[in-house]
Order: sequence, then structure tokens, then C-alpha cells
Amino acid sequence: MKIALRVNSQDVEAEVEPRLLLVHFLRERLRLTGTHIGCDTSQCGACTVHLDGRAVKSCSLLAVQADGCAITTIEGLAADGVLHPLQAAFHEHHALQCGFCTPGMVMAAHELLGRTPMPDEAQIRAALEGNRCRCTGYQNIVDAIRAACERAGGCT
Amino acid sequence: MKHAAPEGGIGARLPRLEDPRLLVGGGCFVDDLQVPGMLHLDILRSPHAHARIGAIDASAARALPGVAAVYTGAELAQFLRALPSAGGLQGFSAPEHHALAIERVRFVGEGVAAVLASDRYLARDACEAIRVDYEPLPAVTDPEAALAVCAPVLHEALHGNRAFELRIGNDTAEALAGAERVVRGRFVNQRIVPNTMETRGALAHFEPWQERLTVWLSTQAPHLMRRELARLLDFPEHRLRVVAPDVGGAFGAKNNPYAEELLAAALSLRHRVPVKWIEERQEHMLATSHARAQTVEVSAGVRADGTLCALHYRLVADMGAYYHAITHVGPMMTAALMTGAYRIAHAATDIVAVFTNTTPTDPYRGFGRAEAAYFVERTMDLVARELGLDPLELRRRNLIGRGEFPFATPTGHVHESGDFGLCLERALARLDYEGARREQARLRTVGRYLGIGLATHVWRAGFPSVPGGKGYVVSGWERSTVSLDPSGTARAVIGTSPHGQGIVTTTAQIVAEALGIRPQDVRVIHGDTDALAHGNGTMGSRSLVVGGSATWLAARQLREQATRLAAHLLRLPADRLVLRDGGFADREDPAKRITLAAVAAHAQAGPRDLPAGMASSLEATALFEQPNFVTCFGTHVCVVEVEPQTGEVRILRYIAVDDAGRAVNPTVVEGQLHGGLAQGIGQALLEEAVYDTAGQPLAASFLEYATPRAGDLPRFEVELTETPSSVNPLGARGIGEAGTVGAPPAVVNAVLDALAPLGVRHLDMPLTPQKVWRAIREARA
Ligand code: FES
Ligand code: FES
Repeated sequence: MKIALRVNSQDVEAEVEPRLLLVHFLRERLRLTGTHIGCDTSQCGACTVHLDGRAVKSCSLLAVQADGCAITTIEGLAADGVLHPLQAAFHEHHALQCGFCTPGMVMAAHELLGRTPMPDEAQIRAALEGNRCRCTGYQNIVDAIRAACERAGGCT
Repeated sequence: MKHAAPEGGIGARLPRLEDPRLLVGGGCFVDDLQVPGMLHLDILRSPHAHARIGAIDASAARALPGVAAVYTGAELAQFLRALPSAGGLQGFSAPEHHALAIERVRFVGEGVAAVLASDRYLARDACEAIRVDYEPLPAVTDPEAALAVCAPVLHEALHGNRAFELRIGNDTAEALAGAERVVRGRFVNQRIVPNTMETRGALAHFEPWQERLTVWLSTQAPHLMRRELARLLDFPEHRLRVVAPDVGGAFGAKNNPYAEELLAAALSLRHRVPVKWIEERQEHMLATSHARAQTVEVSAGVRADGTLCALHYRLVADMGAYYHAITHVGPMMTAALMTGAYRIAHAATDIVAVFTNTTPTDPYRGFGRAEAAYFVERTMDLVARELGLDPLELRRRNLIGRGEFPFATPTGHVHESGDFGLCLERALARLDYEGARREQARLRTVGRYLGIGLATHVWRAGFPSVPGGKGYVVSGWERSTVSLDPSGTARAVIGTSPHGQGIVTTTAQIVAEALGIRPQDVRVIHGDTDALAHGNGTMGSRSLVVGGSATWLAARQLREQATRLAAHLLRLPADRLVLRDGGFADREDPAKRITLAAVAAHAQAGPRDLPAGMASSLEATALFEQPNFVTCFGTHVCVVEVEPQTGEVRILRYIAVDDAGRAVNPTVVEGQLHGGLAQGIGQALLEEAVYDTAGQPLAASFLEYATPRAGDLPRFEVELTETPSSVNPLGARGIGEAGTVGAPPAVVNAVLDALAPLGVRHLDMPLTPQKVWRAIREARA
């Protein structure tokens, strides 16, 4: 099937098999390998991308379902070689170790801050419900997200 | 020669150098790699825990478009050796373990057939098209049940399911008989799944015209894998290159030469095409090593004054269906450390290792030592309760004192140095122990159940080599090469293979400290067997204590070389030189100066005008091995509230004080602690790889297996102490495993302390709401 979509502000057209998962399309066809796969039951969030501004798990969508949509992946966040404030906060707060969950965490956190400009710690922890990390114990991730939104003038 | 510490040297909280790439999606994990023409490998796995394999009909699968080949175990065995099965090397009889099962499957998830196809979807289609006739056999998953005379036998060539028996320790019978009191208990350290966020994976690329095989592996030990692959494939080791690209967590589970990685390499050689295999999460739950799975029956002999005089364990260790590379080592380490932080003159463990119809067990963060700490810390709480003593008081009476090192235990281990009381007192001060006890008493009067749990844990890191080891040997040394570029930047090539530990940053800090340059000017290269001829890898919390020490020694040697050359060029005695800001200067006349770059460029230019005996490049290689394990220790205090209506456990405070020996980067050290704590708390409260009696795994995906999420964990209060170790030049201690060692006993002791007024004596992990609720209900009934 033919699909047309925007990925990281670029128009993309492709011929795909109906059963191709969006995450495989992004990773293997577009070579946007920053979006990861950590499970097969939609439980880990490593594959989180933005679809029309909403955070979605790209392992639980088919590529054909993204037809006509705008997608942002982790590769689309930093502009002109400058880290997005969330990415910078993850760096400053040691919020990543192996880095495998990180793109999904950043994309999920990004949506949270868009939705809830002043989240408290409990809200941040709750919002990360769909994202698993096995390395960090989450504390530094929570701190990074708080720092990023404080810098943006939010957070209590 | 003196030098001023550069910014970002040892002790600095430098943000990690490895981060930026990973933050923008620029990491490179195995599945991110593509080689033109590569085929995908998929494995058909057994749905039975125990069955005889009858006919395998792969004709339909072979006929599918895009399918290049299908192999069964019997077909493979014609050209592929069996997997390493380390037990056999220790004089224990070891079962044969093949990359794919032959004639019989012995656990759910064991590979039965392998498919090569042009993409991963087609490979899966082909797996589903293979028909296998199984004749199911009775299975046994409980290790105690597997020891019964009438139990189904896994390996008919061996004697029953007893893998091996071993006693470690001295005589305990007499001391127990003479004890005023003997406290008994039975503790289970349950089977868990490592669950790295990146599953395992491999990409093998054989280039026939170059006679070269490159294998990208999600591994923590590329050099060990090179050796094993060369041996198993009969492929010349010097033509084999193993690369660990970015690795998304390993935690001990990516040490083993597994079937699938071997298959990818073997089939790449055979078919002369690149072959990729990526494990799915549900496969990971079945096919990657499980961990822990130990049960002890404890007898602790106590004197009236509250000192322990004897400790005996009968330890049943579940090996799973086969041995992985070092499966058998776990219970031995548990035995070696069974006396924990305490002075107990008589101690012994009788190990009974057992085969069951389950996934093989192998290392996971804290291997053997987490079990030891859990058992002894639970024992201390049980003893305290039976004697009517405060668990803190009991620990104080038995703790090995600061002046008693080196301290030899009755189980053959020597604690090289330490200050166990230091961490304990710091943790108590932070909590206000007395105040917390008063609050607990007050809340009890209003029906609220607060619990305080202590763990004064001890473990060990950075294993030394075992002399004369045969077969699957993991050596204790590590190697680093540090060199100076003609432009004055430096590079360090290291034999450890970090995958989240921040070793790139700490290595750069160590080199920066030694050379007086910025860590940003140090490039750290690792994980590629073509970049460093020999190394051992990252495991057992050795990367800093052993690998970091090798780097430190190499960088110091390099500095000596550079200093000698600088002195020669400046026509000054070396002890007049100061190294700072990237150059050497005369202490008495700072205008006399030469940059590090100029020194390096001079050396590079050729063997003229060099001090006697100096080679024309500035490079040093050092090998380091600890003479003994480094002793690692800390105290964790956990405060919980148990909700009696629901059985829910809420962690109110979690204090961890661990000794880093020397924290090269305190932020990284704290991060290591955080991660370990999350895994340890996960084991205490959430995680378990459960099987039903027929051998079916009941937790085979993230739907049923609960690794902790952000909302499951408290905010950690972490503190570091620095008591220099005596066995490595940095004075560093291992920290990577501290969390998984200390957290399970601290949390479980806290919960049982909360339940004490109800008379609940012990509960086995994980302390799920249901288990706690049931215990409360039974206690009240
Ligand atoms: S890969 Fe999408 S949720 Fe795990
Ligand atoms: S940083 Fe490794 S899984 Fe999160």
C-alpha cells in the first residue's frame, strides 16, 4: 500500500506491506533508529514517538495507520545541533545510563510537559507509567523532567 | 614532578561524555545495524517443559518465499559443537547442551528449529509453518521436588537431577550443639528475569574473500565471546572480530555464549551471508538466563549475649535445565559470603545443585552475593526477634570491627579492608533511628503498621583469576592502553565493555587526572576486539576497580614517559617540572614551558633526540589484577508502611549509605546505586519468574512480569563514604551491585518488622499485596 506522511518535518512517501509496524517502518525503511523496540506487548515505551502531537507507541500502530499524519521522532527534537531543553536536562541530571529507554522517555516527557505544564513529582511518575527503564531507578529522570519544566517556567 | 588536578579529573561530578549521542537517537545498538543482503534468523521454540521430539516437518516452511534455510538440532549438530557447560570443568558431570535441542526438550523456550529468511516477518511465518511432533513427558520445576526419588529425570546420562553437591566452610555441628539457642528458618531467593531493556541480539557478517568474520553482539564481554565463538566454530581467532556496539543493559545476563548468537555466526559462515538475530521480549523471558533461584534452610547458633557462634545453610540451588557458562558459581559465591558483615567463627553451607525443567540460571547483578546478603540479613532479623533484641543491637554486637581487617571468614573468603560500622552509623544518623522507633510505637497504638528494615550488607567485586583454570575461564586481569596524539589529545583503549556504567566518562577522568588534561580531550575506545587484542569485559563490578586501575597505571606510565621527554627537551631535571594546563613548566621559572602536544609531536617525529631507551611514540599499556576481591559494603535502611486492608507496601524512606572506596565521579556512582536499588526493590516487592507445576511459565511478558515503573519506587536517599580499598591503586570499591545486594533484605526486613505485632515470622519475596494481605488475614484468624 502507498502511504504519505510527514516525518520530522519532511515529506515521505512509501510503498508498504499492510502488516508492517510503524516502528519497523521508521527504523528499517527510514533508518531512524533512535526509536527503539523493548517489548512485544506495548508495555515499555521505548518506541514512543509523536503522531500529530500525541505520544504514541509506534510498535502498536501499523505504518498504514500513519498515512496522512505528522510524526516526530527523537531525531527531530534537537534543532541545529542544540539539544532540546529536555535532552539537556537529561544530560545534566544523569537521567540515562545505557540510553536504550531514553528516546522513548524523552518523547513521553515532552508530551507530558505540553499537557501539564506544572507537574509535581507524583504526576511525573504517574505519567511515565508506560515507559520502563531498567538502569536508572527513574529518580534522575524525574529530576530532569522537573528541571526542564522549571527552566521553562513551569513546575511547582 | 607535581601536577595540578585538571577540571573534571578524579572526584568531579562531570556530566557523562557518552550522553549526547544517546539523547538524540544517535546510539548504535545491534538492531540498528544493517548489512546489505543480510538474512534474519528466527528460532522455533518448545511449547513444552519436557517432551521427546518426534518428527519435524519443515517442508512447508522451506517452500515459503524468502526462506533460505531451516535447520533442526540434529542437522546442526553435524557441523556445530555443543555449548559451553561449565559445570563439567569443575569435576561435576555436565549435561550436553546444544544450540538447538536434539531428541528432547527440557524447558519451555528451548530452541527446536532455526529459520533463515529474507526478513523478520517471513522468518516468523516460516517458524509457524514448521510442524513438530512432541511426546510430552512429566516435568518438574520445583528444585526440592526434583530431588525426590520418583521425580522425572531431565538428563538420563546423569544420576538423577542432582547437578552437584559441595560443602564450603568449617565444622558447624559442634558449635551448633554448644549454642545456647539455635534459630531456624527457611528463606527463598526467588527466580527472576534480568530484563535488560535492550534484549539480546547479534549480527554476524562473514566476508569470504577476506576470510573475516565480524560479529556485532549485545554483550558485556566481547573478548570472551571471540574466544568462545572461535572455539565453537573452529574459526581462527585472529580472523574473528567481535564488536559490542551500544548495549542496552546487560546486568550479568549478556556474559554467556548463547545458542542464538552462536547460530547467527555459524549460519553466516555456512551460507556466506550476513545473518541477524534479534530477541523479542517474550523470547527474552524464556531464553535469556534467569537468576537467583536459591533456597536455604538456616540454623543459627546464638550465645546468651547475642553473639552468633555458628551458622549452617542447606542451600538448594536451581540450575535450570542446563548449565550456562558459570551457572554453578552462584551458590559457591553465596556460600563464600554467607557470614556477611559478621564475626561468626563456625559457618558452612551444604550446597545441593539441581536440574529442573526451567530456563537455565546464570549471573544477574549481585550474582551469588545478593543471595548471601539476603539470607544472612534475614537471619539476623529472625535471631533478633527470637532473642527479643533490637535488630540494630544484634548487628552491633556481631559486626566485624574496623580494626579487624584483613578478616578471614570460615568459608575461605578474606575481607581485605573495610569499615562496616561507618556506613551503619551514617545511615542511622540520617534516619534518626530512635525517633523512627518511637514513631512506629505510637502508630501501632492507632492500628498503623510501620516497619523499619536494616541491611548491613557486604559483598565482593573484581574477582582474581583462578590459577590453572580450564575451559570456560574468566580471567581476573584487565588491560588498558593509553596514548598521546601528536596534537596533545589522548586515547584510552580499554578491555572492559561498558553498557550504561559511565565508564567512558570515568576512564576519561582518570586519564585526565594523570595527564593534566581535560576529560573532553580523552577519547575512550572499547567493545571492539580489533581495537584491543585482549581484554575480559564488564562484569562483577570490576570495570572501575580492575579496568579503571589498569587505565590509571597506564596513564601514569605515560605521564612518566612524557615527563622524561619534556625534561630532556627543556634540559631540566624531571623533578623541577609541573604538569598543568596541557603542558610542563619549570617550577622555578614558569616561562620555561613545553606543551604536552609538543612533547608528543617530538616523540612521534622519530627516534632522534630522545632520552635513552625511549620509543618514538608516547603510549603505555598496563595490565592489572587484584590480588583478592575488593570488599564492598554499605548499610541500607528502609521504612515502610503496610496497609492492612489491602496488603500494600508503601516505602516511606529508603536510605542507602555505601562505600565507594574512591568515587571517581560521584554522580555516576549514585546513578549506579539508584539503578541497583530499583532492581533490588523490584525483586523484594514485584518480580518473580513463576512456573506452574507442568512447567509452563506464568510470567512470560511485561504483562505478567513486573519490572518496577517510576510510580513503584520511592525517592532514594543515597550517601557515599570513601574508605580506600587495599587491593587496587585507585582505592576504589565496586558499587554496581550494591543496590541489588542491599535492597531485598532491607525491604523485606522492614515489611516483616511492620507485621511483627501480628506474629508474622517470615514471608518470601516478592511481597506482593496479595501475599501480604493473606498473611495478615491468616495471622488475625
Ligand atoms: S516496543 Fe513499543 S511499547 Fe515496547
Ligand atoms: S537507561 Fe538503560 S533502560 Fe533506561
